[in-house]
Amino acid sequence: MMQAREVGAEIPEIEVRIPSRAEWVALARLAVATVAARMHFNVDEIADLKLAVAEACTNAIQHARESDEIVITCRIYHDGLQITVRDFGIGTEAERIRSRDLGEPRVGGLGVYLIRALMDEVEYRVERDSGTVLTMFKRFGDSSR
Amino acid sequence: MARVDIQMQVRSVNGSIAVVSLDGEIDVYTSPKVKDFIGKLIDKGTYTFAIDMQNVRYIDSTGLGVLIGGLKRVREHGGAVTLVSTNPQTRKIFDITGLIKVFDIYDTVDEAVNALK
Repeated sequence: MMQAREVGAEIPEIEVRIPSRAEWVALARLAVATVAARMHFNVDEIADLKLAVAEACTNAIQHARESDEIVITCRIYHDGLQITVRDFGIGTEAERIRSRDLGEPRVGGLGVYLIRALMDEVEYRVERDSGTVLTMFKRFGDSSR
Repeated sequence: MARVDIQMQVRSVNGSIAVVSLDGEIDVYTSPKVKDFIGKLIDKGTYTFAIDMQNVRYIDSTGLGVLIGGLKRVREHGGAVTLVSTNPQTRKIFDITGLIKVFDIYDTVDEAVNALK
């Protein structure tokens, strides 16, 4: 469960909509990097945020059937940044939100594993008729701000 | 401005080792291009690779997947893959995913090539 938090900025929410296509994932991660830089996350944290949002978008593109759009929402809180990535695919497979074991070198599940490793809080909500929402939160580190 | 794309080059060392240089970002959009590039080299009988990622500014799970897939294919022919990167973020991703134990990552191309000889 995501913790309840206080909004931490005059403009607390920024939304970016991208087509559900591989060539637009770069826009999502650059937008999130810009927000994170404005919030004074450090370079390593910004890299983590870029990768996490890109993995979430990639997951949506690869698994969400009949979804034309991905909506990325950044919410600025006093202790960090919350990002939601929503797709509108139907019939979401349980496999897509499952992390993987790292025992064997293989491809599937690495993205979800990375998201969970890089972010402080992660929550998936699958809505059968309206898509999937991934909510993730990154706290400011000691060297941020 | 940094490229949000990928440039790929290959050169041969001693006729058997392919040094593949990647320049750009490897994500869900560009990783199929990398997969295709390396796959064609494997199809032509190259099974030993040093992949220079010094100019790779970003890699995600799809890029890791291409490297894992390439490694599996060359190993079927007794081949090997070494990587070159000093990028802390790239190394961190290999570390988090445990792939640091699967791939040998070197600081220079010379080191990566020598490890294959």
